[in-house]
Amino acid sequence: MARTDVQLMLDVKAGDEQSFALLLHRYRTPLVNFLYRMVRNREQAEDLAQEVFIRVYRARADYVPSAKFTTWLFRIATNLALNSVRDTRHQRMEVSLDAPVTVDSEEGDERRIDVAEKNPNIEEHLVREAQRDMIRHAIDKLPEKQRAAVLLHKYQDLDYGEISKILSCSESALKSLLFRAYETLRVELAPLVALRAKN
Amino acid sequence: MSCSRMETRLLGYIDGRLKEKEQREMEKHLAACPACTVRVNEFRSVSSLLDELPQIEPSAAFDVRVRARIAAEPVKQDWWSWLGAAPRVLVAASMLLLATVWVGHRPADNTNMASPGDETQIMQDQDLPVLENYDVLANFEPLTELPQPVSADEPTEQDM
Repeated sequence: MARTDVQLMLDVKAGDEQSFALLLHRYRTPLVNFLYRMVRNREQAEDLAQEVFIRVYRARADYVPSAKFTTWLFRIATNLALNSVRDTRHQRMEVSLDAPVTVDSEEGDERRIDVAEKNPNIEEHLVREAQRDMIRHAIDKLPEKQRAAVLLHKYQDLDYGEISKILSCSESALKSLLFRAYETLRVELAPLVALRAKN
Repeated sequence: MSCSRMETRLLGYIDGRLKEKEQREMEKHLAACPACTVRVNEFRSVSSLLDELPQIEPSAAFDVRVRARIAAEPVKQDWWSWLGAAPRVLVAASMLLLATVWVGHRPADNTNMASPGDETQIMQDQDLPVLENYDVLANFEPLTELPQPVSADEPTEQDM
């Protein structure tokens, strides 16, 4: 039977390095994805994810399982991501909003061309990629806290209680935050939403 | 239920996270409100659009870098584990502590304390050099040849 996150963390606290390796393996992908969607830069996302794991490791001696491990983990990640986004906001402002979002998209330009060349239905592939870019761009345009709320809610499958603790707000405030975020996304993605409604 | 009150429950309804009572209230409202029904459908579409984004995999170097940084972390030991690892230090520290406590709390040494009856003796001891000088002077031969001091009652030669 797999040990729970809390049990693993308590074992890390007791000096078991192997348990930390298991936690790293369990959360490396969700954490890097969350941070990547927050900061929109793969290298930066990995640096931040490293920092999250290092902070967890450093805090092992004082760890008390008062909350879910994921709440703690993503709280550290969210704080780091929000600080990073705020620090680099000026740099991001210099990038034209009209510039293609594909510069640092999940697939990457070069890899995308390879896939497109192998794909017999290039048009369909390009349409799908354009849609993904539009979705990424819409998420990117959300205010940082709304973006974090949507990403934690949609991709990490955390409950409202956990997300509200991560974002340091009440559950009702979180629900309002999510509603406003989805309203913005609904407007931004209106053409795609309409397309879905037809299908 | 009003449309504005529904806002905070809308996503919970789509995710199936509402309580049974809330779920029933929502369904009742949706059955009577076409605008909210459209919004629910649009939010569902947004939610499914978000599913379209693929996941990325951390680079191969990610784990290596994390492990390297962990290995570079200083070994953190608390006081007790340090003492546990060095029992001789623990014993020495305990003995030093006991000795300090014993010295600080042992009863005062009475041999050096004078009782009130001994005060005369103490004064004599303190004046000993003076007394010694008196004896020397008293027994100094040339001084014995000096005339006896004149008493105030005895008449002097001048009075006679």
